[in-house]
Amino acid sequence: MSEEASVSRRHFLTVATTVTGVVGLALTAAPFIASFRPSTRAQALGAPVTVDISKLDEGAMVRIVWRGQPVWVLRRSKDMLKRLADGTLALKDPNSNESIQPAFAQNEWRALRPDYLVVIGNCTHLGCAPLERFEVAPADLGSDWVGGFFCPCHGSKFDLSARVMAGSPAPTNLSIPPYRFVGDELIVVGEETGATA
Amino acid sequence: MSTVRTGMVSAGGAGKTARFIDWIDERFPLTAMMKEHVTEYYAAKSFNVWYVFGVLALVVLILQFVTGIFLTMSYKPSAEDAFASVEYIMREVEWGWLIRYMHSTGASMFFVVVYLHMFRALMYGSYKAPRELLWIVGMFIYLVLMAQAFTGYLLPWGQMSYWGAQVIVSLFGAIPVVGAGLVEWIRGDFFISDITLNRFFALHVAAIPLALLLLVVVHILALHTTGSLNPDGIEIKEKKGPDGIPLDGVAFHPFHTSKDLVAIIIFAIVFAAVLFFAPEMGGYFLEHANFEPANLLKTPAHIAPVWYFTPFYAILRAVPSKGWGAFLMLLSIVLLFVLPWLDRCKVKSIRYRGWQYKVALGGLVVSFIALGFLGLQPATEKVYVYAARLFAGIYFAFFLLMPLYTSRERTKPVPERVVFHGHE
Repeated sequence: MSEEASVSRRHFLTVATTVTGVVGLALTAAPFIASFRPSTRAQALGAPVTVDISKLDEGAMVRIVWRGQPVWVLRRSKDMLKRLADGTLALKDPNSNESIQPAFAQNEWRALRPDYLVVIGNCTHLGCAPLERFEVAPADLGSDWVGGFFCPCHGSKFDLSARVMAGSPAPTNLSIPPYRFVGDELIVVGEETGATA
Repeated sequence: MSTVRTGMVSAGGAGKTARFIDWIDERFPLTAMMKEHVTEYYAAKSFNVWYVFGVLALVVLILQFVTGIFLTMSYKPSAEDAFASVEYIMREVEWGWLIRYMHSTGASMFFVVVYLHMFRALMYGSYKAPRELLWIVGMFIYLVLMAQAFTGYLLPWGQMSYWGAQVIVSLFGAIPVVGAGLVEWIRGDFFISDITLNRFFALHVAAIPLALLLLVVVHILALHTTGSLNPDGIEIKEKKGPDGIPLDGVAFHPFHTSKDLVAIIIFAIVFAAVLFFAPEMGGYFLEHANFEPANLLKTPAHIAPVWYFTPFYAILRAVPSKGWGAFLMLLSIVLLFVLPWLDRCKVKSIRYRGWQYKVALGGLVVSFIALGFLGLQPATEKVYVYAARLFAGIYFAFFLLMPLYTSRERTKPVPERVVFHGHE
């Protein structure tokens, strides 16, 4: 065999060995990377949660946990709904086109029924839990504040339909989870009627 | 038979110790390594106080390793037990409070020392050719240190641990397309949970320390390849005596080590003062909200990271857009990596550079401290947001305008030899 053929043969073998090694390494890495994903148990714990709303007063809010996320159920009073409709602050996504919600909640109230707001209480900015600031025109939030949610971490503001106000760092409205009513007394968070959530 | 003088290595090598060293040297290059990195590593005799922070960083690193290992012996990495196990360490383990406070104070002191070390590099041009790689490895150490501080801060499972992790992990959600999936992948769950805590523990006590140690070794090897710079920014290797030793250099050991020992003692005094009298440092080293267990339904009214992250946090908050805020925060760190190529000035040390760089560096320091202050303030005050934008602007101007102002500098002549005033 000539010297030249031997060199090109060695070059081929070197490349082939390297490529095989790299592919093998990548395939071996896959299970390790996949092991970081939510485990079967973590996924199973994401089952629907039932909330009793029969004792919830007008204007009051309860917090529950669904999939480890805070979910708020706010019973909006007539006054709150009026303030919401009359609000003058500019919204980033008033029609919720960019935001996450079930199809039934893509409306002004962002809800199945106007009197109940069911929303995931994690700011869409960086995941803090916004505070309920239902009072009108408090000193720190300005005279045109008509009630809503305020995130203390980075100052995002949301109205009583959890829609984000212009000038907030949060990119979209707070997310609405899938939910359904069972009569007038129960809300099941985590599933929609007739739909798989 | 005469007594053997142990511990003494004579030139003849007749002693038992010398023979033992010889035995090792035939199997492992012990003496050669000691010479190369310690007894015959020459650094300028004109080092000033700014040159002690590298050694101090090494001291804190060892302290964190030792205290950290002892903490893992009593800490339980689960959402159920973590908070209680930290209280157990503080109240029931003998001297547990001391070990834990050493670790938490050490974390903050690590950043104090590293920031001063980086400032030294900026002042005397230690990032410039031929030390670009040394600087980049150093920046990787800084990055890994941030990861280490972040994963460690989740472990006590307090309110600030929890919500701080929530905020930082959510930052990855700002990456287009893969963001949401990536966040879930990092958490291993749909929220910051027991699973997240468990894996952060693994990263904090095994993976990241190993990476840190490796990078520190690479950093020191790179330093010993180029040689240490000095306050005059002169390469001492260019002026060697007939013996091949730099004329302005003295051996790392015993000359620099004895000076470093003084620094270590002073540092230890400061460290002990913080440790015994102000381990929480008024809420800056250990945030008060973290004395409450994590509650995933309630964000603390005022959330701020620990002080060493606040300058970047202020940049993040200054932008009313998630994507851009996260991008600028990332950029503020990435720009540091490319610093050696942004600086066009040939002169290294600030002693002989023009007014432009002095002004720019002053602006950087002022903006970094101001951003650090602003990152600690509540998000409601509009004036703080505007101030953060102003100082973020100055911070970025230091880097982005650097090719312009550094190429116009009128520099002073650099001396041939280091400026050194010896003692009688």
